Amino acid sequence: MISFKNVYKRYPDGFEALKNVAFTIDAGELVYLTGHSGAGKSTLLKLIAAIERPTSGHITVSEQNVNALKKSTIPFLRRSLGIIFQDQKILYDRSVFANVMLPLQIRGFEKKISAARVRAALDKVGLLAKETANPITLSGGEKQRLCIARAVVHRPSILIADEPTANLDVDYAQSIMEVFRSFQQVGVTVLIATHDVTLLNDTRYRTLTLNQGKLIS
Amino acid sequence: MKMWLSQHWQALGQTLKQLARTPLSSLLSIFVIGIAFSLPLGIYTLIGNLQALSGHVANTPQLSLFLRMDATSSDIEQINARLEKFPNIASFKFVSKEIALQQLQHESGLADVVDSLIKNPLPDAFVIDIQPVSPNELESIQATMKKWSEVEHAQVDTDWARRLDAFIRLGQFAVLMLACLLGFALIIVVFNTIRLQILTKRDEIEVSKLIGATDSFIRRPFLYFGAIQGMAGAASAWLIIALGIQAINESLVELTQLYSIDFFIDHLSLLDSLSLLLFSAWLGWLGARLSVAQHLSLIEPE
Repeated sequence: MISFKNVYKRYPDGFEALKNVAFTIDAGELVYLTGHSGAGKSTLLKLIAAIERPTSGHITVSEQNVNALKKSTIPFLRRSLGIIFQDQKILYDRSVFANVMLPLQIRGFEKKISAARVRAALDKVGLLAKETANPITLSGGEKQRLCIARAVVHRPSILIADEPTANLDVDYAQSIMEVFRSFQQVGVTVLIATHDVTLLNDTRYRTLTLNQGKLIS
Repeated sequence: MKMWLSQHWQALGQTLKQLARTPLSSLLSIFVIGIAFSLPLGIYTLIGNLQALSGHVANTPQLSLFLRMDATSSDIEQINARLEKFPNIASFKFVSKEIALQQLQHESGLADVVDSLIKNPLPDAFVIDIQPVSPNELESIQATMKKWSEVEHAQVDTDWARRLDAFIRLGQFAVLMLACLLGFALIIVVFNTIRLQILTKRDEIEVSKLIGATDSFIRRPFLYFGAIQGMAGAASAWLIIALGIQAINESLVELTQLYSIDFFIDHLSLLDSLSLLLFSAWLGWLGARLSVAQHLSLIEPE
């Protein structure tokens, strides 16, 4: 589903964020990506969504060669992904409902169908009661759930999360992880970047560890 | 097709919501465009009306031959005979000095003055309708008739129409220049409005790009906004002109009754009005398109 071959990423200031990274994630897998901060986790996730381009190497996502994508086709790659951003990127000028609606609007869904889908996604993360609320009134955990709902409402085949449990207490983090597991169980490929040790103790899932831009396990 | 339509419908809805969200500033910028456009539009409308008037008159040139005061009835008959043979004359009619005095008495409201005259000061005259000819030919006809010994004065009554025609041509050129300048102004106004909108919607644009919005999806509401702003501006200019014309026509009633002519200012024709709306919509769209091209690429997600 996702594969990296000899991927290097060097920034214009000379900093090498990724060095010769290679791995493969199969469809339906749940994989953790870990490493100290600055190890290149976020860069790796950005390469998958073509937010950044690799300096060299090959990246394949859902059988699409990301390197070769033209600028005009990048939106269609991103539509096959559900992304939970580290800085959340919630829009505070509209309701919770409208935030989750955005991915469907972009795809040109009809209003009736998309409203039903938005409610289903909000229900899945336990936010249905707050659909008319402004996101500013939500707690930290609720905001994270809102991000998850927005990432899954269009039923992507790949779910990518950057530090989804940062700044959440343990119970909340566990319940959010439960949500991710439930997506993996219905066949979604899930990649979670985290340095949350309690999550990583969960040995059921594979862990990719980055150290100064190199993949060490 | 259905999806495409629904996307456009959504973009249109978004645009109208955006306009309604800031009603005062939306109205203000629409009126700015409207007032700016009403200037060339008003001149254009007026010129169109004057042109209809002058074209009507100028195409049927009229020549008045005033005879000498001492002209006899045999002189009149001679001229009558000459005019019948003269080429390029559509029709002519003799107005005797008595009839001319009567007309002056009845039509000009100068009855008292005329009554007090001891002697009829008016000459006998021929009013000649000439077939449409070039100004030069008209001049040579006038010169020929002037030389006739019985004729005191030959006057082309349509000189003023030709002068008006020349003025109109000048006016049309001025309108064209004004319209070009203000068209640019419209593009600039929309360009700037869209720039501000893009800045305030920075977050939304960034998130949309990150979750797979195409450039055309992001552009669409801004383009609609520009087109609607341009069209609404033109519509308000049209309304301003309509009100102006109504006011002028009301005061024209008095004037036209005095001069017993039938002249009212008409508004733009349906075709002209539609072209105005469409053209301004296109200008607005163009301003938005330029603005979006300039500013949207600066917002790349990181």
